[in-house]
Amino acid sequence: MTRRLILNGRIIDPANAIDRIGTVAIAHGRIVAVGDLPADFTADHTLDASGQIVCPGFIDLSARLREPGQTQKGSIQSETAAALAAGVTSLCLPPDTKPCIDSPAVVEYIKDKAERAGYPQLYPIGALTQRLDGSELSALFALKQAGCIAVSNASAPLASLLILRRAMEYAATHDLLVIHQANEASLSGKGCAHEGAVASRYGLPGIPEAAESIALTQALELAQLTGCRLHIGQISCWQSVIKLQQAKKYGLDVSADVAAHQLHLTEDDIVPFDSHYHVMPPLRSAADRQSLRDGLASGVIDAICSDHQPHDLDAKLGAFPETEPGIAALETLLPLTLAFAERQGIGLMQAIASLTCKPARILKLDAGTLSPGAVADLCIFDPGQTWRPDAAHWRSAGRNTPYWQQTLIGRVSHTLIGGEPLFALDGQDMTQP
Amino acid sequence: MTMDQHLQLTVDGRLKHFLTIEGLNAALLTQILDTAESFVGLSQNQVKKVPLLRGKTIVNLFFENSTRTRTTFELAATRLSADVLNINIATSASSKGESLLDTIRNLEAMHVDMFVVRHALSGAAHFIARQAAPHISVINAGDGQHAHPTQAMLDMFTIRQHKQRFEQLKVAIVGDILHSRVARSQILALNTLGAAEVRVVAPKTLLPADVEQMGVMPMHDLDQGLRDVDVVIMLRLQKERMNSAFLPSESEFFRCFGLTEARLQHAKADAIVMHPGPINRGVEIASAVADGPRSVVLQQVSNGIAVRMAVMSMTLQPGGAA
Repeated sequence: MTRRLILNGRIIDPANAIDRIGTVAIAHGRIVAVGDLPADFTADHTLDASGQIVCPGFIDLSARLREPGQTQKGSIQSETAAALAAGVTSLCLPPDTKPCIDSPAVVEYIKDKAERAGYPQLYPIGALTQRLDGSELSALFALKQAGCIAVSNASAPLASLLILRRAMEYAATHDLLVIHQANEASLSGKGCAHEGAVASRYGLPGIPEAAESIALTQALELAQLTGCRLHIGQISCWQSVIKLQQAKKYGLDVSADVAAHQLHLTEDDIVPFDSHYHVMPPLRSAADRQSLRDGLASGVIDAICSDHQPHDLDAKLGAFPETEPGIAALETLLPLTLAFAERQGIGLMQAIASLTCKPARILKLDAGTLSPGAVADLCIFDPGQTWRPDAAHWRSAGRNTPYWQQTLIGRVSHTLIGGEPLFALDGQDMTQP
Repeated sequence: MTMDQHLQLTVDGRLKHFLTIEGLNAALLTQILDTAESFVGLSQNQVKKVPLLRGKTIVNLFFENSTRTRTTFELAATRLSADVLNINIATSASSKGESLLDTIRNLEAMHVDMFVVRHALSGAAHFIARQAAPHISVINAGDGQHAHPTQAMLDMFTIRQHKQRFEQLKVAIVGDILHSRVARSQILALNTLGAAEVRVVAPKTLLPADVEQMGVMPMHDLDQGLRDVDVVIMLRLQKERMNSAFLPSESEFFRCFGLTEARLQHAKADAIVMHPGPINRGVEIASAVADGPRSVVLQQVSNGIAVRMAVMSMTLQPGGAA
């Protein structure tokens, strides 16, 4: 079996509070040692990671791959390639594929496709209700057995709070994590932008922050009532941060993530009617953004996800309200996280934790760490390298990003899964015997 | 959002498209008004045509029904000697972006020079301007709840006819501000032209969030809102607003926000009353006021032709018209 050494990198392993220059030794797909080179270790392959960060591979809590059902937007093949280029070694796939992930057959199909695409650690999220219609529970136990890491109704609404309550109770019965996107549909209506000065000026139907925070508050109450493990996906406003802070203070088992673009973009950044800024939840105010940044820094928000949503060109061609929301975001996850850390003045250790050990803890996943014995999922990146998303450097099938051809800082050079190098930037070979 | 100067202006600052008032300065708005002024006399002539746009083809592309706006655009184009094509597309057939784009592409292939666009969605005119071939100009004839800039300019033209200058003016815009593209464009135009005070008078359900950031004073009492104003602009109240809890009833709206002769006494003695039409008599305005001596509603309509001639000639002749 292959024995590898990664030399001279700055190793950052938040799970073990390691931040030092040193060596990572890998054998049989697992971490053998971190820091000092074991005396008796001989390697088949070595890689010099001087000037680079060596850290656990990233765990993305929400990335749409568009397969099955919407392969004009992306495929498991194309989007897992984008994930590897982004340093993402494990990713959670929301259930709103077509057909949705409400049966073990769909789970099998997806896992099989992922296997064939050479991306083993793709974790489907099961549909909380059949057809995501919000009223009848899916066979959650069967979905768990088939390999679903959590259950969620994605952005589809539930018929009532009673359904959410029962779903949580039943999920808790089988120790399933419920991932909830907080949105009170009757308040968000046909909205396509943050309800505020910008939407008002441009005559765009608005979504008030209360549409999210009311739904979030309801979910928190029901998590307490049912004892269900709850994760809130992609929060966007300051009210949600406060509600989460209170819930955590009182000991509720709840976690939350934020999409990387919400840490940077606000309603004020929207180029008039440019559909690349059409996202859900919408880009909110500068005050909301600051609250999200502070929430991450303080730990109220646990993780950063990409909320990757690749689209075909047609989906974004039209008047703003009729275009489909979402950003192809896997490949900008690292640069946006680094830029957030820089702006917020938090260390790389904490920023990387929000992409590694913290999402692993939410998912109870044995990953996100460089502890000896752990599976060797690694990301090696140059924190100072500038690059631009363009046709030559982009792997996702979706080019729908407001960062297209913008200069970004931070680039993944190598991604390893189970000790195997599955991505090397510009074909940089790491096999130097 | 940043201003959209780059989209609707040429590099030397002339009008290429006319999509929104936003990003246009007072000099340019005044140029539109002055150009319109030069066309006003034309309709009294025996021959109502000038050859400015002879040989040009203008397409009225209406994805939303409108008789009056389309008619005045058609008359404006005809009086400029342009050829006009009217295309009314049922909203159901154009609900997808692709068909909107396909429509544009097909018409482009017929070598047209201008699209006059009305669409039910905010941003549709911007989208078409971005997608259209470089030689084509786009005029926004109303997009969703966003903008209706030619309506706003004909209103400014009418105000200038009566008040000459904008600097000292107090203006009250009354009614459904939330859903009104007309109000949004009027607010931008009035503020750009230097009006002293713009008030919006409406129940909270019909005011957009953070409306004061648009440079207006929100008010909820009509008598106070009308006090000492020079111009009263009443907006049309759509009947369907009663269905979704914006308002309890038309009669309650009229009781609170309907303009009557008695309430008009709060405004200045020489205040004018405007309405973009079509009027709901007895809902937002009493007939006695709509047909009364202070009403300039029909002047607005006839000024619409001159203003649209001005905008069409300026965008299709970037060297300057008239």
